[in-house]
Amino acid sequence: MSEIPSELKYTKSHEWVRDEGDGTVTVGITDHAQELLGDLVFVELPETGTEMSAEDAVCVVESVKAASDVYMPVSGEVVVVNEGLVDAPETINDSPYDDGWLIKIKLSNPDELSGLMDADSYDVETAED
Amino acid sequence: MSNKTVLYDKHIEYGGKIVDFAGWQMPVNYGSQIDEHHQVRQDAGMFDVSHMTVIDLTGEGVKPFLQVLLANDVVRLKQPGKALYSCMLNHDGGVIDDLIVYFMHDDWYRMVVNAATRDKDLAWIDEQSAGYDVEINERSDLAMIAVQGPHAREKAIEALPVDVVEAVSGLERFFGCACGEWFVGRTGYTGEDGFEIMLPDTEAPALWDGLAEAGVKPCGLGARDTLRLEAGMNLYGADMTESTSPLISGLGWTVAWEPEDREFIGRTILQEQRDQGVVSKWVGLILEGKGILRGHQKVVVEGVGEGETTSGTFSPTLKRSIALARVPKETGDKCQVEIRGKLLNAFVVKPVFVRDGKAAS
Repeated sequence: MSEIPSELKYTKSHEWVRDEGDGTVTVGITDHAQELLGDLVFVELPETGTEMSAEDAVCVVESVKAASDVYMPVSGEVVVVNEGLVDAPETINDSPYDDGWLIKIKLSNPDELSGLMDADSYDVETAED
Repeated sequence: MSNKTVLYDKHIEYGGKIVDFAGWQMPVNYGSQIDEHHQVRQDAGMFDVSHMTVIDLTGEGVKPFLQVLLANDVVRLKQPGKALYSCMLNHDGGVIDDLIVYFMHDDWYRMVVNAATRDKDLAWIDEQSAGYDVEINERSDLAMIAVQGPHAREKAIEALPVDVVEAVSGLERFFGCACGEWFVGRTGYTGEDGFEIMLPDTEAPALWDGLAEAGVKPCGLGARDTLRLEAGMNLYGADMTESTSPLISGLGWTVAWEPEDREFIGRTILQEQRDQGVVSKWVGLILEGKGILRGHQKVVVEGVGEGETTSGTFSPTLKRSIALARVPKETGDKCQVEIRGKLLNAFVVKPVFVRDGKAAS
């Protein structure tokens, strides 16, 4: 069974979101997503300063098996990216919720956060996969 | 459709992650396909390849039949047990499948064909065999385990029955030998030494456990694909299909042109293609920077033209991305590959990336 921390929010496309409480969120892919993809070997991160809407493709993660888009869970500006992943994409497999985070977003519409799934809903969602 | 091999329960027991492959429930990995890849390059790994199709061809007419059915010539097989890699072509010179055929004796050859192409292969073979004294038997009663890696043979020998060990001692590369209902080939699909062991279904789970006890680690289909690509071995359905000639898929070496009067299926068209001259060449690509090559990406050769990758992946040995590709004949040692709208630089190399566990170039 994959890990689903209760303090995070989730999307149907398997991103997790941590509300940092200062108008920014941290985003990564879930344990379930990294398990489905297998060994990650490449990450394409966006430029900081990129502004995008919720559900826009913002990163690409590639495993040996397949390439997969990562989508903006909420609208806003990408303010920090996890540069360390470029040389060590396997960090996402090892630590999807901590060291394997992808980007930090400055929210342009904080209300969107309430539209994300909680851990229980995401658990139900992935059980159907 | 969802077939299971006789080793399915073992895959679950050993922590295999199961995916559908050509209608079979097969393990894609047992945790990390990259670890499994290194395991085979450095030591010994085992793969369940029981989904592959084993066909016995027997009878007086087998040799003349195979001389027509296959683009390579079984007459090259003079010593019993010797194996031959060949394409089976359609009348347009396209590849129906690639296969290994073992010469057992004058009226017994054993063929191993792909799982995904089983139905059409059997139908084709049956249709072409009309008029020959040949009996065609699919051996779905056999399981197959490939044990591969520099230490594969010594470890496998610890797990094999005594009479089989005796039969395989002294077995040379690209030979197979039968021992009762067991059959061991010193062949594989990883670029490493090892055995492919065919045995009765009922005995396969015990052998799997025995091999594991001897230190052979279970490996999934994921590692099998990165290993074969590093070794520059073609994958049917990606690198060649029914609409590609072996001459544009790096398989010209498997076509036996001599003797000239051997009228194998597809020969007429292949001969025409050869006379006209093939305008593409078959190469390996190594991506210069970061990124992952995949099949069907556009290859751009400045001032020359365009080509296409047929399969690509991340090479765990080289720690770079590699691909097999069809490019214009005049292509030099550099090209670019289009990935998500960007042109990335790649080196053009011979289509073999890793030999004996090390970078080939």
